[in-house]
Amino acid sequence: MSVETRSPSEKADFKRELTEVVPHLRAFARGLCGRPDMADDLVQETLLKAWAAQERFEPGTSMRAWTFVILRNAYLTDMRRNRFRGDYDETVAERILTAPAGQEEPIHLSDMHRALLTLPPERREALLLVGAGGFSYEEAAQICGCAVGTIKSRVGRARSTLNDMLAEGNIPQRSIEDETAHRAILEELDDVAAGNGETAKID
Amino acid sequence: MASGKETSPTDAAAQNTKSAKAADQPQWADGLKQLYDSVVEEPLPDSFKDLLSQLDAADADDANQNGNG
Repeated sequence: MSVETRSPSEKADFKRELTEVVPHLRAFARGLCGRPDMADDLVQETLLKAWAAQERFEPGTSMRAWTFVILRNAYLTDMRRNRFRGDYDETVAERILTAPAGQEEPIHLSDMHRALLTLPPERREALLLVGAGGFSYEEAAQICGCAVGTIKSRVGRARSTLNDMLAEGNIPQRSIEDETAHRAILEELDDVAAGNGETAKID
Repeated sequence: MASGKETSPTDAAAQNTKSAKAADQPQWADGLKQLYDSVVEEPLPDSFKDLLSQLDAADADDANQNGNG
């Protein structure tokens, strides 16, 4: 399956833009699945899929938004196959999520990350897109294939849950490992994936 | 900010309204951004560039075969 309708310069642009977006894919993936090694696997998978689908990329549109759609769909698929079951590695997080030196840090980033990982996936991704990735509500809605109001409500709920957890210091240690919680997450994932239809396919 | 708890449940609820913008971000909002940016700023493992180069090379091979065949 070669890409024949694109000119060499368009293909070069595609490759350059895809390369530039890799750090963002890594950050989004790590926020979603927690473990750096798995996050990077997910990014590799995303790059392969993006490359194979490059004819569907509209030059001039946001490469970051386009590849985030691919990444989240790959993540949801992998989640349902249990690839990321409760594999949050705290020591890795402590090492990686170090706050900048000299800056007062009221909340440990590792706590923050752990709290983030306990959120239901659709709220977590909404918060990551808007609160960390800097996407507008509209862009985030397009990436997730849902209404803008839905994204606003997910972000609001995610914020409120994190506020509660971080203010109280009441962060579940390993909620994803818990069988009941895990099953609940998988059920929610089915809903997320189901709502994943038309608008998620950026044409 | 004089006394007591910094974030009350009512504050949290207020932030859920549409107007949740930069002005009334909770304390940790910056941490969320830092979390993301810290990964963006990590040096990129070579494996990603290698993968893209391989894909590029494979496409070039395909194009040559199809074009000349």
